[in-house]
Amino acid sequence: MSDIILETRNLTKHYGGVHALQDATFTLRKGEHVAIMGDNGAGKSTFVRQITGVEQPTRGEIHFGGKQVHFAGPLDAREAGIEAVFQTLALADDLDVSDNLFLGREKTKFDWLGPFRFLDYKAMRADTIAALEKTAVKIPNIRNTIQNMSGGQRQCVAIARTATFHSKLTIMDEPTAALGVQETAQVENIIRTLKEQGEPLILISHNMRQVMDLVDRIVVFRRGRICANLRKEDTDGQDVVAYITGAKTQPEYEVAEAV
Amino acid sequence: MAETTQGTGGLKYDSSKRSWPNEFNIFIALVIIVAIFEVLGQVLPYMNGQSFLFDTNDRFNSIFNEARLQIIILQVAIIGIISLGVTQVIISGGIDLSSGPLVAATAMIVMSFAQTELVNGNPNPKAVFGSWAFDLPVIIPIIVGLAFGAFIGAINGMFIAFTRIPPFIATLGMFLICRGIAQWWTRGQPVSFPTESYAGLGAGMMPVVWFVMLAILCHVLLRYTVYGKHTYAIGSNEDAARMSGINVRRHKVMVYMIASMLAAFAAIILSSKNLTAQSGMGLFYELYAIAMAVIGGVSLTGGRGSIIGTVLGAMVFGVIQSGFTYIKLDAYFQIMAMGAIIIGAVVLDKWRQQRASARP
Repeated sequence: MSDIILETRNLTKHYGGVHALQDATFTLRKGEHVAIMGDNGAGKSTFVRQITGVEQPTRGEIHFGGKQVHFAGPLDAREAGIEAVFQTLALADDLDVSDNLFLGREKTKFDWLGPFRFLDYKAMRADTIAALEKTAVKIPNIRNTIQNMSGGQRQCVAIARTATFHSKLTIMDEPTAALGVQETAQVENIIRTLKEQGEPLILISHNMRQVMDLVDRIVVFRRGRICANLRKEDTDGQDVVAYITGAKTQPEYEVAEAV
Repeated sequence: MAETTQGTGGLKYDSSKRSWPNEFNIFIALVIIVAIFEVLGQVLPYMNGQSFLFDTNDRFNSIFNEARLQIIILQVAIIGIISLGVTQVIISGGIDLSSGPLVAATAMIVMSFAQTELVNGNPNPKAVFGSWAFDLPVIIPIIVGLAFGAFIGAINGMFIAFTRIPPFIATLGMFLICRGIAQWWTRGQPVSFPTESYAGLGAGMMPVVWFVMLAILCHVLLRYTVYGKHTYAIGSNEDAARMSGINVRRHKVMVYMIASMLAAFAAIILSSKNLTAQSGMGLFYELYAIAMAVIGGVSLTGGRGSIIGTVLGAMVFGVIQSGFTYIKLDAYFQIMAMGAIIIGAVVLDKWRQQRASARP
C-alpha cells in the first residue's frame, strides 16, 4: 500500500447547483504516469483544482503520501510536494527564469528583516541551472525575462519549476495545447525524462497520440464523473474515444443516472 | 565573475550576461536634452551665447555652472522623494494620485507639532495647539508625520486590496480627502514658525541629501529584497503571484503604506525648507511624481521600472524645467509643455512595450 502516492475518495465539488465533480475515486502509484482525458467541462480541471489546493472540495478525502491532507491554498499543496503546471502559465513576464522558478519560495539571507529580507540570487541561479539540467530544458540565458521567450520555452520554465523543489507529484494541465510541433516534442521529452527518473505525473491532455505515447494509464472523466480507468496496453484510441463520448462506460463506474 | 555552465544541446547558461539596461537610454536622453538647451543658448538671438550648464563667465572658477545645477537638483529632490514611492506603486500595477494633497495635509499636521513658542520674543502668532505643543523634540513631528502617512497609505492599500476598486478611483478619493484635511486643519490658515531643529531638516541642500539616501534605500529594497521581487511579480502577473503563494493583498497594503510614508517625509522636508505649511501646498506634485517615474521608464502597466530610472527621470524633469526657464519660455507655456512631455513619455513607453512583445 505504501507505494500509493495520491488517493482521492469520493471527491466532490459543487459550484452552487452545478455538480462539476462527483465522487471521484482515484489512485496514483509511485513512478506512474497517468493521463486524465475527457470532453470540455467533464471535470478534469475541477479535479486538478481540488488536489492542488486552488479550490476546496465540497466533499471527499484526499490522501497524499499515506496521510489525509487538507490544502487551504496552492502553497499548502506545493509545500506538501504537489507541483502543478497550469493551462494559464503562472509566470511573471517581467521576471527572469530563476526569479520565476523561485517565486513565492525565494532563497533568502538576513531572514530577521522579515518582508525586507535579502534575496540569495547566487544560490537561486545555481539551483536553476541544476533544475534545467535535470529536466533537460534548454534555455539560452537564465537572466532573460520570460517575456522574450517562445511559448515552448515558457512552458519549459513552468515545468522546470516543478523539478526545482523535488516535488513528489507533478500535474500538467494541457502543457502542449498552445505549442508548435517542435516545442511539443521538447515538452514531451521532458515528460519522458521525468518518467525515467521515476517521478509520478498526472497529465491532462486532449492529444490522443501524446497520451498513448507517454502514459501508463488513462482515466476518463465524463459529466463530472470518472467513467473509465484503462491500462494503456488494454486499450486503443478508438476505445478511449468511446468512453469520452459516452458510448461506453466501465461496469464498475456505472451509476443510476435516472433520478 | 562569469559562471558559465555547458547546458544540454550545446546551449550555455550564462549567468553573467544581461541585456542592455533601459536606464542607459534615459541617461542618453538626459545628455541629449542638455545638449539641445546648450545649442538653443547659442542659437537663440536673445540668449547672447550664454551656456546652459557650463561656467562660461568663470564666475565660480569651475567647469559647470554650479548655481544652476544646484537649483535643478534642489527643485527635483522633494518631488523626487515622492516619486520613489510612486515608482513602487506603479511597478506593483497600481497608481497613487493622492500624494500631492497628502503632502499638504501632512505638512499642516506636522508643522503644528513643530512650532516654537516665541518668535522674536513675542508669542507665536500662528499657534495651532496650546503651550504643550511648543518646542517639542524634532523626533515627535517626524513620527507624527510618518504615522499619518502610514495611516493614509494603509487606507489606500486596504481599499484597493480588499474591495478591488481600481487604484485610480481609490486614490482619487483620497486626493480630495487629503486636500480637505489640509484645509480643515486650521480653516485655511498657514502654520508657521518651526523650531530651529525642525527647520534644519530641510535647510540648504538637505533635501538632496535625503533624496539620495532614500533613493539608495528604495533601490536596495526593490532590487535585492523579497519585498521588491514580489512587487515586480504582482505588477507583472497578479494571478501568477497569487498562485505562487504570495500574499498579494498584504503586499499591496505594504506598497501603498511605503509610498505614502515617503510622501509624508517629503512633506516634512518641504515644510521645513519653506518654514511654513499651507493647505495649497503640493499642487500637481502627484502628477509630477508620476511623470518622473514614467520618464524614467517605469511602465504604467506594472512590472517594469527601477529606482535608478526614476532618479534619472527626475533629473530629466528638472533639466527640462530649468531649461525652459533658461530659454525664457513663458511660465504658462512651461506647464503646457510639461503636460506634452508626460504624454510623450507614456506614448514612448507604449511603443517600447509593443516592440518588446513583437519579438518572438
